[in-house]
Amino acid sequence: MMALVMVTAFMVATMAGCKSTPKDADLKTAVETAIQSSPNLSASGVTVDKGVVTITGQVTDEASKDALAKAAAAVPGVKSVVNNLTVEVAKVEVSADTPLALAVKDATKDFPTVAATVNDGIVTLKGELNKGDLQKLMMAVNALKPKKVDNQLVIK
Amino acid sequence: MALQEKYKELVDAATAAGVNDLNVREQDGVLYIDGATSGAVKQQLWDTYERLDPNYASGDLVMNINSVAGVPEGAKLKVTTNSSNLNIRKGPSTNDDIVGKAARHEVVTLVGKENDQWWMIKTDAGEQGYSYTQYLTPVE
Repeated sequence: MMALVMVTAFMVATMAGCKSTPKDADLKTAVETAIQSSPNLSASGVTVDKGVVTITGQVTDEASKDALAKAAAAVPGVKSVVNNLTVEVAKVEVSADTPLALAVKDATKDFPTVAATVNDGIVTLKGELNKGDLQKLMMAVNALKPKKVDNQLVIK
Repeated sequence: MALQEKYKELVDAATAAGVNDLNVREQDGVLYIDGATSGAVKQQLWDTYERLDPNYASGDLVMNINSVAGVPEGAKLKVTTNSSNLNIRKGPSTNDDIVGKAARHEVVTLVGKENDQWWMIKTDAGEQGYSYTQYLTPVE
């Protein structure tokens, strides 16, 4: 095992010494350029050790995490990528119940057959409504930053 | 992740339409889609939402697409109530007194924005106060 490690280390060192291999510092710059344009990445860091790139930072979703690792791996000269990005989902902003309830009251005022209640950010719609009015009502309620819209309306 | 699959067509359409500040994230079983765009694109996205989730019955998506963010002060707005006149109020809430009315399809002027729901408007007759943005459509 030890011998294998030493052989591997020797090979890596030899390859890094080849003339055609980009320098780690150049790779670092190229990888930074490749990934830092992503709007979903923050607090990023790139380190390169003998062509092996380690990327750190926070992304907003899993898809960005994978995409950025691929972008780093696609930089010429990069041997492999250690993906240490973490997914940090920003908390969704939800209105407090009191202003939300007032806003829901305003939004549903023109739909007298609809009874709306608000509890813990969840807007529950009960009663009945014509299908033609449903989209307009949903647009208005969705714009109020609710946590969820529980539509129990009977659609006529 | 399952919700992102269910509404993939919607998110793809929003991306393709170039919705500004498009923000899509999932939290506690609800997908949130926020952004700003034109009225036509907003309508298209809502029609797609309705097709993917008939009657919006699942309660698994909150879509807040703002089509009036870019409307400047001084812009002309058409009153698009269902049938009745639009109330003009003293303050930005239905608890405030009515100080005037604008007829359906009357064109009024945007004076200022209190928030996304309430704008101060002025009629050609000189009546000024707050009205609900849901019933105001920018004259393009």
